[in-house]
Amino acid sequence: MRANRSLEIGTGLFVLLGVAALLFLTTQLPASGMKFGFGKPAGYEVTAEFDNIGDLKVGAPVKMAGVRIGEVTRIDFDTNSERAEVWMNIYKKFNQIPMDSFASIDTEGLLGGEYISISPGGLQTYLKNGSRIEETQSALVLENLINKFFANFSNKSGSGSQGGSKGPK
Amino acid sequence: MSDGSREGVLEGLRKTGVTALFFGRLLGACVPALGRPRLIIAQIYNAGARSLIIIMLSGLFTGMVLGLQGYDLLHRFGATSALGTAAALSLLKELGPVLTALLFAGRAGTALTSEIGLMRATDQLTAMEVMAVDPLRHVAAPRFLGGLIALPLLTAIFIVVGLFGAQLVGVQMMGVDRGIFWSQMQSAIALKDVTEGVVKSVAFGAVLSLIAVNEGYHADPTAEGVGRATTRTVVASSVMTLLLDYVLTAAFL
Repeated sequence: MRANRSLEIGTGLFVLLGVAALLFLTTQLPASGMKFGFGKPAGYEVTAEFDNIGDLKVGAPVKMAGVRIGEVTRIDFDTNSERAEVWMNIYKKFNQIPMDSFASIDTEGLLGGEYISISPGGLQTYLKNGSRIEETQSALVLENLINKFFANFSNKSGSGSQGGSKGPK
Repeated sequence: MSDGSREGVLEGLRKTGVTALFFGRLLGACVPALGRPRLIIAQIYNAGARSLIIIMLSGLFTGMVLGLQGYDLLHRFGATSALGTAAALSLLKELGPVLTALLFAGRAGTALTSEIGLMRATDQLTAMEVMAVDPLRHVAAPRFLGGLIALPLLTAIFIVVGLFGAQLVGVQMMGVDRGIFWSQMQSAIALKDVTEGVVKSVAFGAVLSLIAVNEGYHADPTAEGVGRATTRTVVASSVMTLLLDYVLTAAFL
């Protein structure tokens, strides 16, 4: 009887573990699934509006001088200003970030993920829970940059050839 | 065509036929076997719960190696933020189902074959038949169902442990950002990728359990015969796993 009981407990444990793993895979991994956070470190919340957030995602790091000081917790579209609004959780110990700091969206390496980079301003008042960072710069979308570059390039080469025909006279 | 080779072809055909017929009878015996869940639970314990440690250890190290190799490769392209995606996709779609199936064949498949083969060699199966107890229903079907249920669960555990192994190396050791590791993974993976892994593991569970039970059931009733049947189980299981993996991958793409 005892042997039978431990067998049943072992089987129950195994099945439970397996089902939990399956649930994790179906709900936590795909973008379509629901998610619950992995327990965020305590901190305060700051928002910022961007014209274009590019490929920024929830969970992306917020960095200052390259050091991780927080993470993106929510992204939404503000219908009034027609810009993207980003909520960030800044860790509690980084509590002396000037009010007039500047937030920009940068890319880690050429193919890397995007993150928010904060450059400190000069004010003596600091960001606190619920503050908004006013100065922002949008993500650099590589395709747009390339388009601009080629547009410039073809304009320049057009005017360049005109200048060349004038030159010899 | 010489007599010997014709005999060989015929014998191969006969074996295939025996397996197919056995599979049909086994499926027929599965329905009444469901009425005795205790027998199935015991087999889930044998095939699944007792393989848990080896599966988790293998999953952990597979994930850690993925973390190391993936980091080294992606670092050359400055794309270490894709580490989570790369590790999760390879674990979900290939490494998880295939490695778990291969381990399962070695750990549980051989045990099934030798157990049933020994029952055959010591005339236990015949005794059951004499007592009007259907050995298919009481011995083969519960083992088949146990393997069929256990392998997908083992695969899911393998993948999850592997993911945390990859995060252990990638995030804790190599310093990839934790948020990027998980958020890039979650945005790149669709439910379809998870389904592919689950479908594969269910298919492997059915095929490997069938092979193991079939080999044991039809083993020569001698010590040598049981040994050879066990070897055949491992060989046939491994080959079938890899072959079926290709077919299923092609079907899913």
